[in-house]
This record gives sequence, C-alpha cells and structure tokens, in this order.
Amino acid sequence: MIATLGRFSLWLALALAVYGAVVSILGARRQRASLIESGQGAVVSVFGLSTFAVLLMEAGLVGRDFSLEYVARNGSTDTPLFFEIIALWGALEGSILLWIWLLALMSLIAVWLERKRQRELIPYVTAILLCISAFFLFLAAVPASPFTTIFPPPPDGRGPNPLLQNHPLMAVHPPGLYAGYVGWSIPYAFGMAALITGRLGETWIRTVRRWSLASWGFLTIGIIVGGRWSYAVLGWGGYWAWDPVENASLLPWLTGTAFLHTVMIQERRKMLKFWNVALVILTFALTIFGTFLTRSGILSSVHTFSNSSVGPLFLIFIGVILLISFALLVYRSDRLQAEGDLDSLVSRESAFLVNNLLLLGFAFSVLLGTLFPLLSEAVRGVKVSVGEPFFNTVNIPIGLALIFLMAIGPLIAWRHASLESLRRTFAVPLYLALLGTGISWFFGVRGLYPLLAFALSLFTVTTVFQEFGRGVIARRRNTGEGYLMALSKLTSRGRRRYGGLIVHLGVAFLVVGITASSFFKLEQEVTLKQGESLQLGRYQVRFDELSAWQEPHRFVVQGNFTIFNANQKVGEMRPAKRFYPSEQQPIGTVDIRSTMREDLYLVLSSFTQDGTSATVKALVRPLVMWIWVGGWVMVLGSLIAIWPDRRRAVVAEATSEYAVWQPGRS
Amino acid sequence: MTKRTKLLLGGGLIIVALAYLINSGIREASVYYITPSELKAKGKAVSDQSFRLGGMVVPGSLHWEPQTLKLTFRLTDGKEEVAVEHIGSPPDLFKEGAGAVVEGKCTADGPFRSSMIMAKHSEEYTPPKDGEGSAKHIHRPLAAPQGVQ
Repeated sequence: MIATLGRFSLWLALALAVYGAVVSILGARRQRASLIESGQGAVVSVFGLSTFAVLLMEAGLVGRDFSLEYVARNGSTDTPLFFEIIALWGALEGSILLWIWLLALMSLIAVWLERKRQRELIPYVTAILLCISAFFLFLAAVPASPFTTIFPPPPDGRGPNPLLQNHPLMAVHPPGLYAGYVGWSIPYAFGMAALITGRLGETWIRTVRRWSLASWGFLTIGIIVGGRWSYAVLGWGGYWAWDPVENASLLPWLTGTAFLHTVMIQERRKMLKFWNVALVILTFALTIFGTFLTRSGILSSVHTFSNSSVGPLFLIFIGVILLISFALLVYRSDRLQAEGDLDSLVSRESAFLVNNLLLLGFAFSVLLGTLFPLLSEAVRGVKVSVGEPFFNTVNIPIGLALIFLMAIGPLIAWRHASLESLRRTFAVPLYLALLGTGISWFFGVRGLYPLLAFALSLFTVTTVFQEFGRGVIARRRNTGEGYLMALSKLTSRGRRRYGGLIVHLGVAFLVVGITASSFFKLEQEVTLKQGESLQLGRYQVRFDELSAWQEPHRFVVQGNFTIFNANQKVGEMRPAKRFYPSEQQPIGTVDIRSTMREDLYLVLSSFTQDGTSATVKALVRPLVMWIWVGGWVMVLGSLIAIWPDRRRAVVAEATSEYAVWQPGRS
Repeated sequence: MTKRTKLLLGGGLIIVALAYLINSGIREASVYYITPSELKAKGKAVSDQSFRLGGMVVPGSLHWEPQTLKLTFRLTDGKEEVAVEHIGSPPDLFKEGAGAVVEGKCTADGPFRSSMIMAKHSEEYTPPKDGEGSAKHIHRPLAAPQGVQ
C-alpha cells in the first residue's frame, strides 16, 4: 500500500514537474498569464506530492514495514524510534527523497515570495527549479526508488549502519548540508532566468542575496556539525580528514563565500557582473558534484555507506548544467559589462578581488587533490594519492592570507583608502596582534604557521571589536542611548555589515581552535592493567575495570577510567565498544571530556576477555571547543545578516546600511 | 603603469604563487599505490619512499602484542606476500581475510613498516578494488605528522 502510493506520488510529481517547466516557458514566450500560473501551480503540487512521499516513507520506517526494501535495510524492530525516523537520510534512496522535498519546499517559498516582484524572471525561475526537481524525481522514480518492495518481507530489518545510530548529530548533519546544497538552486535559477531574459541588472542579485546567505549558513552548519560528528563518533580524534566527501562539501562553501563577497562589489560599484553569474553557476554545479561524490562511490570515503548506479546520471546532469549555463553566459556576455572601474589598488574592491582569487585557488587545489588519484590514473596510468600533506602544504598558506584579508576587507574604504585612514583603522589591532604573538611565544608556541594563525586571528578579533566599539560610541554621541541599546540599534541598522563582522569573528575562533588542536595535540596509546595509569599532559588516566551488558539492539563493553589532574580526581570517563548483531566488528564509542581550554579524548582500542587489561588511546587536544563555538558564531552572524529588515519597504536597503558609520571615514 | 596592468600583474603573481604551492604540494605528498607483487618486483631500491600497499590480510598471519602494541601481519594480492609491522592496536574493522591498505616505507631487510592502516569494510574476501580504504577506519599512529586534521 505504502509502496504503491509512494511510487505513484513520485511519478505524478515527476510528470507535473515536467509539465510545469514546459508551460512556464511557453507562458513566458507567449505572454500568457494562465500558463505561467499553471506552472506555479505545478510547484505547489510537486511540494504537496513530495511531502506526501516523505510522510509515507516515515510511516514505513516508524511502522517497521519491512516489505519496503529501504526499511528492511535501514530499520529494525530494535532501533530506537529517533534513529528510525532519521534513517530517512541514512542511505541513498531516502536522502534523494529528502533532497526532493527540500528543493520542493524552497522552490515553493522562492516562487511565492517573488511571483509579483519579479514578473519577468519568475516563469523561467519556476521552469529551472522544476527541471532540477524533475532530475531528482526521476532518480527517485527509476534507478533509486525508495519504495522498492521485497517479497516475502523479512521478519526483521538490518537496522541503520551503526555509525549512523551512534550519535544524535546525525539528525542535523545531513539535513543541514542538504539544505545548504539545495539552497543554491535558488540563486542559480534566478541567475539563469536573468541570463535568459537578458535582465542582468542588480535586481536578480538583490533577490538572491538572502537565499545565498541562507544556503551558505546551512552549508556551514552541515560542515561544522559533520566535523563534530566525525570527532565524537569515528574515534580517531580528528574532525577533518580531507576525505573526498568532506572536500566536496567544502567546495561550494568556498565558491559560495567568494560569491557573497563579490556580490557587494556588484551592488555598490556595478562591476564583476560576469564573474558573479559564473560563481553562482559554479557553486550550484559543485553542490550537485558533492551529492555525486557522496553517492556514487567513485572515491572511497567515510560516506560510502551505499554504492549505487546513479553516479553516471549525476555526471551527465552536471555536464548538461555546465554546458547550457556557460553557453548562455557567453551568449549574454555583452550585457555583463562592468559600469564601474577599479579606482585604486588599496581599496575594498581589490581586497575582495584578491579574496576571490584565493578562495577559488583554495577550491581548485581541494578539487585537484580530491580527484588526483583518478586523474593520475587516467593520465599517467599510475594510481597516486595526495593525502593530508598536500592539502596542508597548499591550503594553510592560502588560509592564512585569507584570514588577513578577512580582517582588513570590511574596514578598508571603498574606491580608495588613504594611508591616514589605514593607520587610524589598523594601528591598534596591529599592535595588539603583535603583542599577542609575543605572549604566545612566551607561552611556548613555536612554528611559523601557528604563530601567524594566532596573530592574524587576534588581528581579526580586534578589528571586529574595534568596529563595534566605534559604532556604539558614535551612536551614543549622536543619540545618547545606553551601550546595549546602541549596540542592538547599530547591529539592526546594518545587519549585513555587522552580521558579516560577526561571521568573521566566528572564523577567527574557528582558526584558533583548528590551529591549537592540530599543532599542539598530545597522543598516547598503551595497554593498562587494572589500577594502572597513563600520564598525558596534565592528566592521569587510571583504568579501573571493564563492565559489559546487553542492550536491546547491541552488546556493550565499557572501560571505566578515573581521571586525575595533579593527583586531584576530576572525573570519570567511559569509552566503550558496541557490538551490533548486523556487523561483524565492534564499533567504538569514544568519551570526551571537554573544557574551553582543552579536550581529553579516550578511545577503548581493545581489551582482554577476562577484563583485567585494556588498551586505551588518549588524546589531549587544546581549544577544540573553539571550533564549535566559532561555527555557531558564524551561524549567528549569518542569521543576523539574513534577518528581514522591517523598514525594507520604506527605505532602500543599500542606503540605510552605511548611514551611521562609514569605515575609514570616522 | 596603468591600474589595469598593475591589477593583472598582482593577479598573475598570486596565480603563480598558487601554482607553485600546488606543484610542490603534489611533489611532496604523492604516495603511490602498489600491490605486494609490484613491491617485490621493485626490490630494495625504493626503501626511502612512502607507499600505499593494498592487499588482503593473510589468514593466520595476524599477531598483536598488547603490551608493546606491536601488530604484525602479511598482506597478499594472491601472488606475493609482504610482511608488515605496525605499532598500535588494530583498527575496528581490521581482520584476517579482509582487505586493508597500509601506508609506510620498506625497510632494508625487515618488514614493511606501516605508519597508517586503513581497513576496508568488505564482506567479500578480495583485496580492495581501488586500493583505497575508507577514512572511518583509518588508524593513525602515535607519531602522526602534525598539521591540520
């Protein structure tokens, strides 16, 4: 019943998506409002049908309907309800369904919001979004159907992959990433519609600004939470392994970041129009590429939970997108001439240009490093991998340069910054950064990269605080408001500017966390008998005993450890190994003791059957917490930047943003 | 010099610097995948180079000494076998008869000294097809190279 209804709704949605795309274009060509509205109706129906399909799938999962192959593979009677619900995105077919639903939802919102404001663009936007939907609906209807049945149904299912039911963050990581991926479809659709209609002014850019910010924010959540999951579940003590799929999520993030910055140049100076469309196309293509890498199994990765046959279809889709989009872009290039010109090399424009070059260089090197095994095999016939060392060699210097630009970019004046204004803006942060470097040196920080990373992060943090401080003081002088009032008014009067600064602050925290935890970590692995301790940094870790018990869906062996800091007991830690019946090998569960200063990370590597000794791996990673803090600060900043402006209808936004405080012109 | 020339010059400089970084990165970080047969064929001329050696863990060859954390086993591609030595506990999915990839160096006379084990999660008893393991089962050694992870 579920299967029949589900398949029917997906096929119907596919038919309606194709229909809607066709009538929207016809309607636009022939100026027929009824056809255009019919196309918009298709968007509503596709959303309704895909919602229905998702609900059916959830009913199958929660009701443990093992006649559905997907439920039999990813659910089981013993799986807790929560993990049964989120098993929707535990494997290929379900994640495609989630993708479809998110795309349908966002298409609906975008078309609904803009249908009156963007009359010329909206039929094409509708058509493009429905075409993308149609591709994914086709995947879900034919090669990767979530509603495939098996007969006779097995008595019980296999349950989700243990790695996926080990941590609640699985509820956030995939949907966050997918929302980030899917979200870029909207800017892409508007960009393409602008190319098709030739309406390449700043209107489409303003329309998609919020969408690109929101998608960027979701992508950030997805990536950071993914790192957190990797850290808390995989038991190797790290959060980023330059794994192909991790890289795939970073690529659109990098090009998207580049876009968010050059958009500002186009809005203010009417430059870089061609570049911006190209960046949107690239970012969208990279989101599809990311899904392709995740789901094709072409490169082995932590994410190849299921291999499948949809890979070639994705490649064809990416090829078609790139071909059509760039052909259109070249065709319209005469309308994409810059109206402004670069006035000076010491200006915000050129800072943004360099930032774009570096971000794209970063993306290119990540792409190259990821595909290197495939490329070298194809070109030279030998399989060569470039692992972590490659990414570190190339991307640490680029990253440091980017942090430097991140600090100066928002404060340097548009058009031309005078030496005097540079001095006034950057003198204090520069002195503080130097002072901070001295202090880090004093506390034993050595090495060019860590010192530079700390100095530049501190530089960024001070510029951000200085900027907020000056703004608040200027407001107080003019209006006599209290500090908090002035701060909140300041932020809300220039949400994009101050939201952006807060994002930069988050990045600085993140960089400090990554630097400290990578360069100054301690590691030790030893076998301990009962009562024996290991010493790592400030900590002594004493192995007390093993305990073991049966849970409904797994068997658990746990090591009990007592932690001392300078002979003072500070807590107990219990890393474990979990044995799932569906897996031949146990899955480790780490235990982490987190503080703002450092994390103590314990893994139970192995143990003897009689429980008298255990092999334990211990890590001390300083300042890891600041990575997650930085991530959430970044998300907060993008939320502030996205938040709708109540006065939007009255005052043109661009004029309101810089009204109170102009950088470099205090 | 016009502004345009300056701009192009600056951009060109950055691109050259990026190209240089990428080139040296590839040169330093390239690790070749080889099979036990290829390693044997190469002889001892390659003793200072890092390789990724992929194969199946020969049943009965796996020994682990918890006190010293010394892990020894042999990898085979069906034709040749290579003895491997690793310091650290075996990763979760590492077992006899399953595929594994190790990264490390050949020693002059002794075993292949592995600095990283990637266990391949495969139910079939074949060496990993693409010679690559999956990151979730990467076992990192104690003296891991430092850097961003």
